[in-house]
Amino acid sequence: MVQVMENFIAVYQALPFLLQGIITTLGLVLSALFLGFIIGVPLSVGQVFGSSWTKKFIGIYIWFFRGLPILVLLFLFYYGLFNMIGLNLSAFVAAALVLGLRSSAYQAQIFRGSIQSLGQGQLLAAQSLGMSKGKAIWNIVLPQALRMSIPGWSNEYPAMLTESAVTYAIGVMEVLTRGNFIASRTYRPMPIYLTCAIIFLILSYSGMKILHILEEKVRIPGFEE
Amino acid sequence: MKGPEGMKQKKELILQIKDIHKSFGGKEVLRGISFDVYKGETKVIIGPSGMGKSTLLRCINQLTFPDQGTIWLRDQEVTHHNLREINLFRQKIGMVFQDFNLFDHLDAVRNVEIALIKVKGMGKKEARKKAMHELKKVGLGKQASLYPAQLSGGQKQRVSIARALAMDPEVMLFDEPTSALDPELIGEVLGVMQKLAREGMTMVVITHEMGFARSVADEIIFLEKGKLLESGPPEILFYQPKYERTRRFLFKLTELYGDLNGKK
Repeated sequence: MVQVMENFIAVYQALPFLLQGIITTLGLVLSALFLGFIIGVPLSVGQVFGSSWTKKFIGIYIWFFRGLPILVLLFLFYYGLFNMIGLNLSAFVAAALVLGLRSSAYQAQIFRGSIQSLGQGQLLAAQSLGMSKGKAIWNIVLPQALRMSIPGWSNEYPAMLTESAVTYAIGVMEVLTRGNFIASRTYRPMPIYLTCAIIFLILSYSGMKILHILEEKVRIPGFEE
Repeated sequence: MKGPEGMKQKKELILQIKDIHKSFGGKEVLRGISFDVYKGETKVIIGPSGMGKSTLLRCINQLTFPDQGTIWLRDQEVTHHNLREINLFRQKIGMVFQDFNLFDHLDAVRNVEIALIKVKGMGKKEARKKAMHELKKVGLGKQASLYPAQLSGGQKQRVSIARALAMDPEVMLFDEPTSALDPELIGEVLGVMQKLAREGMTMVVITHEMGFARSVADEIIFLEKGKLLESGPPEILFYQPKYERTRRFLFKLTELYGDLNGKK
């Protein structure tokens, strides 16, 4: 009984410190997803409509970022590349960049699948009206492909959320880093890490809910589930 | 048989197709096709499938580039131009596809107006007015706010006709516009096309609807093995074809699609 009480008190005392980590975790996840999106969309377009050289280059980019463990990428960029080119980035910014670039590779594949499943007809119809290929992609292909991508894209959020904890390794003050800090001082790993776990679960649940609402909102009338 | 009579006498040349060749993967699907289309005229192209009819149509608006030969719109050559100029030509050459290819994320009226806004740079209000006008013309004024997935096949095809008409094209190309439709929906699309022909629109139509061809076509072109085997006004081609091959093909069509008077 005393044990339980002490655990509660430990969690209660640690909670404000842990909760502050949510800002860092969410900030990291959202900026990585955003970066992944704005890089991933052009990558996917290049993969479908680009020249053979463009396709080859993007293929290598995607292979690189999907083929390496996140830890390797983090160390390589944070301790290696960024230092080498004289970029003095904070751990947070470096982590957001690395996670974002990695996510762009995954997101590009999701968008590419949607663009390809759209078929050639939409592009042909737009071009037959005098639209340039660029205008057709921007006005006709992407609005449809991005909508179709939402269910697949929804995986990126929980994936990114769980992966974000790895940035603990370079000292980003996200939820797990903070939990680890407290657990090693209070010698109460179980309640503290459990609290961290619950925080992650709540974040992932609410994120998925929001994505689901978005999916409903942009659904094209007349299309069934 | 059709159209304001005056137009036919002037014989204004709209489209010239000159010696078009096209191969895909070593197989020559078009082997030197030539014909002219005059203002207000309706040309109907028939022939066995897989014999390059669609490819020919796509060569006309450069969705496919011919290997050899030239296309002329009035006195301007369409072929061998850069993409920017081709985009200008495409605005003047409307196209209707077999499977509609409506933009699924836009409702009917926005399907029609989007190219007016994005290509012609028309203001939104003006584009909406023009789009509504075109939709009413194909009998879909009330369906303006429905999305493609909420429309029947015949309605979809009529929206796509309106979409092409909105650009005020010089000539309209129809690539088997009724082949993907249920039999009971074919009539409404043919009706719209008939009306267009009567109003003097210049049209090139690939179709197997022989009743339509008979009542609307000024000339029927029979394509076979990538060549123009025979052409002529429907009265001649249907009843006194030069070639046995043409006669056999027409016989097959009437077996499938009803007799030449359009009765099923």
